[in-house]
Amino acid sequence: MATETFYEVMRRQGITRRSFMKFCSLTAASLGLGPTFAPKIAQAMETKQRTPVIWLHGLECTCCSESFIRSAHPLAKDVVLSMLSLDYDDTLMAAAGHQAEAVLDEIKKKYKGNYILAVEGNPPLNEDGMYCMHGGRPFVEILKEAAADAKAIISWGACASWGCVQAAKPNPTRATPVHKVITDKPIIKVPGCPPIAEVMTGVITYMLTFDRIPELDRQGRPKMFYGQRIHDKCYRRPHFDAGQFVEEWDDDAARKGFCLYKMGCKGPTTYNACSTMRWNGGVSFPIQSGHGCIGCSEEGFWDKGGFYNRVTNINQFGIESNADKIGGTIAATAGAAVVAHAAATALSKARSDNGNQAKSDQTKGGK
Amino acid sequence: MTVNIGIKAEDETAAGKTIFVYEWPVRLWHWLNALSIVILAVTGYFIASPLPSLSGEASDHFLMGYIRFAHFTAAYIFAIGFLVRAYWALVGNHHARELFHLPVTSRKWWSEMLHELRWYFFLEKLPNKYMGHNPLAHLMMFLSVTLGGAFMIFTGFALYGEGAQEGHWSHTLFTSWLIPLFGQSQSVHSWHHLVAWGIVTFMIVHIYAALREEAMSRQTIISSMINGTRTFRD
Repeated sequence: MATETFYEVMRRQGITRRSFMKFCSLTAASLGLGPTFAPKIAQAMETKQRTPVIWLHGLECTCCSESFIRSAHPLAKDVVLSMLSLDYDDTLMAAAGHQAEAVLDEIKKKYKGNYILAVEGNPPLNEDGMYCMHGGRPFVEILKEAAADAKAIISWGACASWGCVQAAKPNPTRATPVHKVITDKPIIKVPGCPPIAEVMTGVITYMLTFDRIPELDRQGRPKMFYGQRIHDKCYRRPHFDAGQFVEEWDDDAARKGFCLYKMGCKGPTTYNACSTMRWNGGVSFPIQSGHGCIGCSEEGFWDKGGFYNRVTNINQFGIESNADKIGGTIAATAGAAVVAHAAATALSKARSDNGNQAKSDQTKGGK
Repeated sequence: MTVNIGIKAEDETAAGKTIFVYEWPVRLWHWLNALSIVILAVTGYFIASPLPSLSGEASDHFLMGYIRFAHFTAAYIFAIGFLVRAYWALVGNHHARELFHLPVTSRKWWSEMLHELRWYFFLEKLPNKYMGHNPLAHLMMFLSVTLGGAFMIFTGFALYGEGAQEGHWSHTLFTSWLIPLFGQSQSVHSWHHLVAWGIVTFMIVHIYAALREEAMSRQTIISSMINGTRTFRD
């Protein structure tokens, strides 16, 4: 089975050639490639052997898996799972217990240096990693072992990419993103809480088809999905430029679908594909549903203030404090200090003038 | 500008003596810079906390667009001014260099700074005479205008490059490394705000100090930034 090509697997599972070609052209389109790439994808899938994928789960909530299995890409639901050759995923696989762990060992041996490791969640490092156990051993050990012979690593979601909620201050378990634990392998970050289903399948399809890592930005995210902000492609952007904002959740502007900037929308600071690809098969995305973006694909988004303020809270200076309140206070204090200093100067000058006057009077008197 | 090597500093700062300090590019830059900072501060505030919402069709208005346009235009003037000013520090007279050079190794400079501080705390009867900046003013200029200004240019163009997107020079030069350095865009915004308030605070203190020095010090201050000369009073 391991020597089967993708195409053979698909045909065996009852996918018609026609559906297969459709899948190839849609994949090409979703990856932002030209129409000439559809036959290339088809050819690759007809000739290439499946690359095994090991999917590990650390500290996480499984929302990435939940998103992934909902990929509404026409064939993804039925095909991508078999296409991936997802040989180990303790959430989705039928095997359990020792049987499952045996599969993990077998893949690591058989496909040494040739499999892709997909990590959902992250390893906690405090107490020797005891906060997350996998088959009776700390997850961080399993992760390091699996990563040692992997070709590349995919960090699924905000947990594996940045740390997410379990790494939010004060981070009691010292939950640590994958790239800070594994430093000698190429890591593709696919952040989001969860990432968009089609982004997940898109990234993995690209890697399997072209046998290379998609072009990444400096923070290790695929440029094709994380190259632009939500704001840059938001359908409510015209209202932003016009100066038309929702001021209250139930005001007329909210009903008219004006810009959610004043309600704390993080679209202007969030790199993701929500405003282009949208969710649930392109049905909608948070802003379209009337709620601002919470910036879930950005680093440390839990520690960057409330979801409902545009200017980040800086709680070191008191709850509800932010850069503008702190700065405004400093400027006002400086203004008050200036006034006080001016008064003191006037007073001191008056006093010294009086003194001089008195002195000169004395001299006059002495004459 | 030729420097009169033969004349001692005391002679140059004698009562009634007028010397030439600020060349025209320095003065022009000062006022352009002041104007652009005011525009940047006001528009910057309204970008983060926009004016009340407008009604009607989106195509009827472009308010946020104009505010942002003013911010970006003033930012270009500020940044280009900064570069030209830095160039002038190289080719201009030695007063033009003060903004980019702190004599931190000079014991005299530090002791005079203490003297100036004591003068501001009403502990000294007389301030010293200076042809250029007094040490305290010199330090404030360096921290606020040079370092603060450079920080605002870097973070500002990093944020600008986010909208201009990959391929734009601002993205290549600033966004590409500054956003990862701070972690994400949101933190860059916070720091851009904090330092902006720092510059507003500097402006308040600077204007007050200039007015006060004009009235209290032993040399002209405000007119020097207009006609370039400085006259010593006593």
